Amino acid sequence: MSKGLIEVHGVHKTFGTVEALRGVDLTIRPGEVVAIVGPSGSGKSTLLRAVNHLEKVDRGFVAVDGELVGYARRGDVLRELPEKEVLRQRTRIGFVFQNFNLFPHLTVLENVTEAPVAALGRAPLEAEAEARELLDRVGLADKAGVRPRQLSGGQQQRVAIARALALRPSVLLFDEPTSALDPELVGEVLRVIKDLAGTGTTLVVVTHEIAFAREVADTVVFMDRGVVVEQGPPARVLEAPENPRTRAFLEKVL
Amino acid sequence: MSAEFAQDESRLLRVPPVLLAERDAGPASTAAELARLRVRPALRPGRWAASAVAGLVLAGVVWSLVTNDRWQWDVVATYLTWPSVVEGALTTVRLTVVSALVGFALGTVLALMRLSASPLLQAVSWAYTWVFRSVPVLLQLLLWYNLAYLYPTLSLGIPFGPQFLWFDTVGLIDKFWAAILGLGLSQAAYSAEIVRGGILSVDQGQHEAAASLGLPRRRQWTRIVLPQAMRSVVPTAVNEVIGLLKGSSIVYVLAYNELFYVVSIIYGRNGSQVVPLLVVASIWYLALTTLITVVQYYVERHYARGALRTLPPTPLQRLRRGFAAWWRAAGAPGAPGAARGAAR
Repeated sequence: MSKGLIEVHGVHKTFGTVEALRGVDLTIRPGEVVAIVGPSGSGKSTLLRAVNHLEKVDRGFVAVDGELVGYARRGDVLRELPEKEVLRQRTRIGFVFQNFNLFPHLTVLENVTEAPVAALGRAPLEAEAEARELLDRVGLADKAGVRPRQLSGGQQQRVAIARALALRPSVLLFDEPTSALDPELVGEVLRVIKDLAGTGTTLVVVTHEIAFAREVADTVVFMDRGVVVEQGPPARVLEAPENPRTRAFLEKVL
Repeated sequence: MSAEFAQDESRLLRVPPVLLAERDAGPASTAAELARLRVRPALRPGRWAASAVAGLVLAGVVWSLVTNDRWQWDVVATYLTWPSVVEGALTTVRLTVVSALVGFALGTVLALMRLSASPLLQAVSWAYTWVFRSVPVLLQLLLWYNLAYLYPTLSLGIPFGPQFLWFDTVGLIDKFWAAILGLGLSQAAYSAEIVRGGILSVDQGQHEAAASLGLPRRRQWTRIVLPQAMRSVVPTAVNEVIGLLKGSSIVYVLAYNELFYVVSIIYGRNGSQVVPLLVVASIWYLALTTLITVVQYYVERHYARGALRTLPPTPLQRLRRGFAAWWRAAGAPGAPGAARGAAR
């Protein structure tokens, strides 16, 4: 069985009085490329952060490859996993942040090798060779020795993608990867993501780039007010949406 | 109406005759003319006057230092490198280093406790800071030195259970350790807040990125968060270390041989040389503080890596570059600097 199955069942999450997620159900097949679109405040990012347990859910559960994220089932109770176990689970779920969140005090190469060495216990030299390969893949082989602040936003985000890939995750989550970028830098990041599609890794991309969703995604998920309103192939969801809320949103952004 | 405008325009275009003459020669010549002119800096009489006053005051201070023989510079020179004074200075350094280490190690633990999710840990950390910041260091020193009165023996073992090792408190807490406890434990209370402030200054995204990469908890702190916190911790921490260096003179109440105590013993013995010996101690404190400041510069530079796009040159690099430029300007024929300069 290929890896990268994501199951989300009845997930609720409340921040204070704001209900960010109000019962989300979603199944993502291994290797599938999913674009999650929707108005801001619709719960897209919260859902993505719940998948790698950066956000604890109030109700419902998330499972990756059949393993509950953040919990273990003992009979009729879900027991919260110790932090160590959660950290282990996260090494199989890559996450790319809107603001890159590269470690500014480490070089580009150190950013990429940090997790394989410290979290997976890989040999440093081996990890370094692989990191150089990954940097080459995102077109930044010559930037290995510089620190993140010396790079453009687009370059930083490509390093962040290489950093996430270094753990060889079965699932890669992108939280609005191009929203913090100048318009002319969006393309280079989307190209890298596009190249990852079809490599077997499950990609979930929260994005406002409708054209990108149409071109690259297998499935488009439209979320609004904390629920999944509509999902399906881009041709259907983006060209002939059934739900009036989807239609209203698309009219605004297109 | 349009006629009015025309009139207005004509008035605007009226140009002084001098400029008009230049305009006739064409705009290019005006630019060339301006480029040829000499630039004269503005006069700043206020700045000159203030500088003169400062210079006079400075000259007066130096003059009095040199001519007033009550400073007894010969005595200062004699005692500056007096073996017991040097020994005292080294003791002061030892006290400062050890109590700073104790202070910041414990302070970091207290900061992490304060930031933990456990209310008890938070409360303990808060109470510690409250107590040790409130009681004067002088009192703390004396209390620690008299610990044997409260607890004649100390033991190591399981709380409320069997004990394995016993110590005689008087033998264990000598003057050095009483000083370290007094200075270090109260320093920890201040350091805790400094470290906590540093940790809070690190972007939340850094914690999240470290967690999402599955880095072990310890590694998240030691490799990702604390090094970045250091950038804002260092300047205040160095301030604290300098305070500790000078504050360690308070340990003289324990009759411990640190710099100030040694100096006071010497002038107590030979009565008439109080001021020169105080000057001796001041010079030592000044020298040690200078050393710390230099170290601070390089430590700050180290932690600025990545925070700045390019680091400014160090004073040494600046000096070297300045010298190289001067060497080139001097035009020493055949000098490597000159050759490189010509090649550029």
